[in-house]
Amino acid sequence: MNGIMNGECEIEVKGLSFYYKRDLCALKGINLTIRKNQVTALIGPSGCGKTTLLRCFNRMHDNFSGCRYEGEIFFNNCNILSESIDLIDLRSRIGMVFQRPTPFPMTVFENVAYGLRLRGIKNKNELYEYVENALKQAALWDEVKDRLHANAYNMSIGQQQRLVIARSLAVNPEVILFDEPTSALDPISTAKIEDLASNLKSKYTIVIVTHNMQQAARISDYTGFLMLGELIEYDSTDKIFTNPSNTMTEDYISGRFG
Amino acid sequence: MSFKTEELKRLKETILKMASLVEVAIRDSVKSLVEREAQLSDAVIKNDHVINTLDVQIDEECIRLIARRQPVARDLRFITTGMKITTDLERIADHAVNIAEKSRDLNDMPVTRAYNDISKMREVVQRMVKDAIDSFVNEDRKLAKDVIIRDDEVDDLNASIIDDLISTMIENSASVIQSTKLTYISRNLERIADLAVNISEMVIYMVEGRIIRHMANLNELNGKL
Repeated sequence: MNGIMNGECEIEVKGLSFYYKRDLCALKGINLTIRKNQVTALIGPSGCGKTTLLRCFNRMHDNFSGCRYEGEIFFNNCNILSESIDLIDLRSRIGMVFQRPTPFPMTVFENVAYGLRLRGIKNKNELYEYVENALKQAALWDEVKDRLHANAYNMSIGQQQRLVIARSLAVNPEVILFDEPTSALDPISTAKIEDLASNLKSKYTIVIVTHNMQQAARISDYTGFLMLGELIEYDSTDKIFTNPSNTMTEDYISGRFG
Repeated sequence: MSFKTEELKRLKETILKMASLVEVAIRDSVKSLVEREAQLSDAVIKNDHVINTLDVQIDEECIRLIARRQPVARDLRFITTGMKITTDLERIADHAVNIAEKSRDLNDMPVTRAYNDISKMREVVQRMVKDAIDSFVNEDRKLAKDVIIRDDEVDDLNASIIDDLISTMIENSASVIQSTKLTYISRNLERIADLAVNISEMVIYMVEGRIIRHMANLNELNGKL
């Protein structure tokens, strides 16, 4: 079984190194191509740099001082690490979902409509249409259609996570970054999010960081294994989980360390 | 339909495709003997690689599904059964190739009574293979059990054909080459029936989760079924 790497490129990472402080190097010369409309999983032991890499894709590190990028990340032929990039625009095109759901203290409807209002959409019918569509894509509509104006905090954690996904889908991103999106969820909610990620890839490109190797095996098309800030192996998930090229990858996925 | 169910459905369809090619191989290898059509033997031999390729493909897909979908319970039993029965199907196809090779050699020799008996045996064996596959498709434990029981009939037919062929060889030493080849064909058909039994035993495992292989006799088996 050979790894097949095909499909259109969505994000091209070239020689990316990242420093949290002057001398704390968290990523070392990463080269990687994220394929369009595919699910790419980043796996590795704690502290390997997988979340750090994910956060580079929408410049989340910029919220902290002293961080420094080296190298380039191309998205739509544009280096998103350049100074001139509009971060608000970037983050609406490359959305992010975190470990724990982060609903705003407002209604279900307003949570999803939030980004749309920021974009200047005021027409109620138009807003409703966008919200309904996003909730449907996030497989949440049937559960909340009768309580759109209830407080989002009254939902279960699994529902809140899908609400947050709906919120990021509402602004029509091209890429969605998932940072361990199911680590706080029960098995049923986890299965729902996993199904969702698989279904969403027809419209979006998905990059997911997960501690759970089985989850990476189940839902991703490509898998990257990181260790100590280096990308050790990157290949099709079929190849990584049946016959990886690197013995470190093999040892990690078969539970011999990490 | 969930993501995994679709993959399992696709796997089942590929196994069925392989099984249908194997059934054609059994039929044509014996038809080539009885109807003296050498081109049917040639086709069986030539097409064997398609069955071999499917065997490898199915194995790879099963390994991929185990690694990536972490199947459990019924799904796990289905996939392990799939892997085992395709190995049996591939062996059946090899026996059909053996029959086809002998049939081609026998085309220039006169027809004997054994041809009819072998043709009859082929019908019983082919039905066993078909029913074993049907029992897999329909998860039909009763049909699988029925296939296992029918193996005795094939063993009897094989013994009877070989007895007749030995008598023919004793009576007429000029028939030794022909009779030996016919003995091989009968033996190959008998082995195909054994493999159909293997498939049926795996189907019972798949449906019920009980391993009934290597039971000492039919009584013991009947107690288990």
